[in-house]
Amino acid sequence: MPATEHIVVSCTINGESQVFLANERDSLLEALRDRIGLTGAKEGCNNGNCGACCVNLDGRIVNSCLVMAAEVEGSEVTTVEGLADGDQLSALQNAFLEQAALQCGICTPGFLVASQALLDENPSPTEHEMRYWLAGNLCRCTGYDKIIKAVQQAAEETVA
Amino acid sequence: MVTAQQAPQSSETEQYNVIGTRPIRPDGVDKVTGAAQYGADITLPGLLAGRVLRSPHAHARIVSIDTSKAEALEGVHAVITNADFPRASDEVIDTGEGSARLNWVLDNVIASDKALYKGHAVAAVAASDHHIAEDALELIEVEYELLTPVLNVRDAMVDGSPLLHGSLHTRSMDGSSSDNASNTASHLQFAKGDLDSGFADADVVIEREFETSMAHQGYIEPHNGTAYWRADGTLDVWTSTQGAFVVRDSVAPLLQLSPSQVKVTPMEIGGGFGGKIPVYLEPLAALLSQKTGRPVKLTMNREEVLLATGPTSGTYMRVRMGAKRDGTIIAADVHLAFEAGAYPGSPVGAGAMCALAPYDIPNQRIDGYDVVVNKPKTAAYRAPGAPQSEFATESVLNELAEELGLDPLEMRLQNACTEGDQRADGFTYGVIGNVECMQAAQDSPHWQSELEGPNRGRGVAQGFWFNIGFESSAYAQVNADGTVPLVLGSTDIGGTRASIAMQLAETLGISGDDVRPHVVDTNSVGYTQVTGGSRTTFAGGWAAYECAMDIRRQMESRAAQIWECDASDVSYGNDAIVRGPADDDGNERQFSFKELAGQLPATGGHIVGRADVNKTSSGPAFATHIVDVEVDPDTGKVDVLRYTAIQDAGTAIHPAYVEGQMQGGVSQGVGMALNEEYYYDESGDLKNASLLDYRMPTALDLPMIEPIIVEVPNPGHPYGVRGVGEVPIIPPAPAMRAAIANAIGVHMSELPMSPRAILNATVLSED
Repeated sequence: MPATEHIVVSCTINGESQVFLANERDSLLEALRDRIGLTGAKEGCNNGNCGACCVNLDGRIVNSCLVMAAEVEGSEVTTVEGLADGDQLSALQNAFLEQAALQCGICTPGFLVASQALLDENPSPTEHEMRYWLAGNLCRCTGYDKIIKAVQQAAEETVA
Repeated sequence: MVTAQQAPQSSETEQYNVIGTRPIRPDGVDKVTGAAQYGADITLPGLLAGRVLRSPHAHARIVSIDTSKAEALEGVHAVITNADFPRASDEVIDTGEGSARLNWVLDNVIASDKALYKGHAVAAVAASDHHIAEDALELIEVEYELLTPVLNVRDAMVDGSPLLHGSLHTRSMDGSSSDNASNTASHLQFAKGDLDSGFADADVVIEREFETSMAHQGYIEPHNGTAYWRADGTLDVWTSTQGAFVVRDSVAPLLQLSPSQVKVTPMEIGGGFGGKIPVYLEPLAALLSQKTGRPVKLTMNREEVLLATGPTSGTYMRVRMGAKRDGTIIAADVHLAFEAGAYPGSPVGAGAMCALAPYDIPNQRIDGYDVVVNKPKTAAYRAPGAPQSEFATESVLNELAEELGLDPLEMRLQNACTEGDQRADGFTYGVIGNVECMQAAQDSPHWQSELEGPNRGRGVAQGFWFNIGFESSAYAQVNADGTVPLVLGSTDIGGTRASIAMQLAETLGISGDDVRPHVVDTNSVGYTQVTGGSRTTFAGGWAAYECAMDIRRQMESRAAQIWECDASDVSYGNDAIVRGPADDDGNERQFSFKELAGQLPATGGHIVGRADVNKTSSGPAFATHIVDVEVDPDTGKVDVLRYTAIQDAGTAIHPAYVEGQMQGGVSQGVGMALNEEYYYDESGDLKNASLLDYRMPTALDLPMIEPIIVEVPNPGHPYGVRGVGEVPIIPPAPAMRAAIANAIGVHMSELPMSPRAILNATVLSED
């Protein structure tokens, strides 16, 4: 087996400068969880099919399991842990709670990050636009109804 | 009968203060901020990472395993195989929603002499990180002798079929066993009336065959298990499980430990649906920890989840049903053959009991066969066995209605079971909401609407699930400020901290916000069975009720002590006011809950309420679903246009989470109906072991799912609870089959009714 290289990576995560040592084989998801201790992003499939590991990378949502850790040098990363302002939850986080939009909660971090990116880009999406945008995030518990209603509520509150 | 559709509080539950409201769940904030700790999120000092080597073959004898090269790799701390475990006996242990021989439990965790399905664990490695552990797997050398795989029930049941287990004989209900070894593990039969005379009296008889594919629970969180075997011989396990006590009581005998030596901490769980009841990784992590002296965490990737953890059974089913011209069903003959996977224990028994459960049919016989095949050992999956068996029976019932020119809901009402009716398995119904669901469906805006357009159709189906009770535990302290921490043993998958705490608050007459529920480890609460079977809000709520009644009694005696009167003269009211006899001056004496709580420390100390219940009763639940679909005749793709799910919840404790269970069950049922299948090639290689190719519904595949909650309170529960999780997965497939038939005139005979299957049944069959 070839010796594993380690790489120093500097980036901004949830508004804070971070320097960490990544195994060259680490995905961004592995680095977030195992090197930095941010376990909010979840591994559901490790091949980009479920969206549980969604993070915002320089303004774009990505499946962090498909990004190498070394690639985020100099980037800005926002995870679910960065959505609230201290103990003030975001409108979207509150809407998920009020609409009972989570059951087991494992997909919730990915849905929140993806939905926030949608609302940042399109503050008043239609139901179809929401369903299309969120089709890369799998939820097995809710049937999506209450998630869509939560995004609708957050959109209405944000626009109002 | 009252329905509570999207209402903040149903009129049926207006007698309650807390029950029927929609508070924010106690664990909610942690789950929207990323703070909640799921099984894979745990870290411990010195933690090692483990990986599992799995068989590439569906059926093979393991000739030899050489782990020496893997052990020599730098960073590898231990490698184990089945041979490293203590020899397991064939004693039968409780496995949560069933039971199994201990040696089969071990052999499924890690193969002994044979690999029985592709993905069967063969060896496990602990290393300093998971990259090294993965490298080490490639260095383990396994010599296999390939055997012919057996891949479906009909092949497996043929005389002369290759056998998975030389020691397996067919067991019958009378306890006898077949002389010859067989892949058929058991045969059961439920019957009543006279089948031949029933069919002789029928004006119309329809017989159909069905095949359904294995389908996976599809929880988004893969399995995980972390263990630390301490130098004093005690073992700590942290895992995502539906039943911490099942994990304890499986791991302990596998490692020849006393249950007292094993503490299992249930982490937050990312979905289960029955599939997170069996142990897979926990025993491996434990043994690796013993070998290394360090904590070890094992996690599965998605391919491993699909290859090696509990799908529900694929089946072959045959149903013959006869009716009078007026729609009375007078005879039904049901044959169910269920794949158990590699070891016995399919849900065919429950499937058989559910098959005709909504209907009072005088002459019926249901035969069930539990059959081993070279596929993963099946695990419970939401209403285990019922989505298959009721797909078959509901489908034939719909065809009978069509043949007789009857409204399918009217025909169901005409034959519906009501209080006092007895199933073929002997169970007699108490108060049930079967008819009420059908009537609510008839009254629904969906059923009352017209469906127009080409290639569109509407279907309806009924569903039944038992729900169960059994053991649950609840302990609650009363703090001096009047708040009540509540400890529970039930894993919270979908909001049961809330639904159980609400029943405690209701009983104490206090605010729901004052009850703080916590799910704790197996040393910190009484024995609690799995979160499954729709038992948690039912039995957990009952424990909470009795725990609160225990607190009420203790509060009454404390007040009596303070007032120096007889406890029998003190009463705790439902308004949480403790009232005693007037004092010598004739003044009323009373304490609010908070006032008395504040007095506790100085008047004898704090109090703890406690209840450990074991309820053998249940709350049978019924559902009626209506679906509109559009079929693309060129591609065979089916779009769901509109969906309404009606269900009797007994009492909806937290209506938003009742709706959530209904909507989630529909989503899984739609997946099972349209797309989800285990696609094996002839060698037993699963060709679609990813979430791209094992196609579960996305947000774009579904419309809004309209829930209509019917409340026919269960007289066998303090608050009328029935349990809600299981039944909504049952009606979608038969309702969609009827809708497809209504749209394009083709009655499908398989699940899933995928584009491929529909084209096979339409375009290709015309050539």
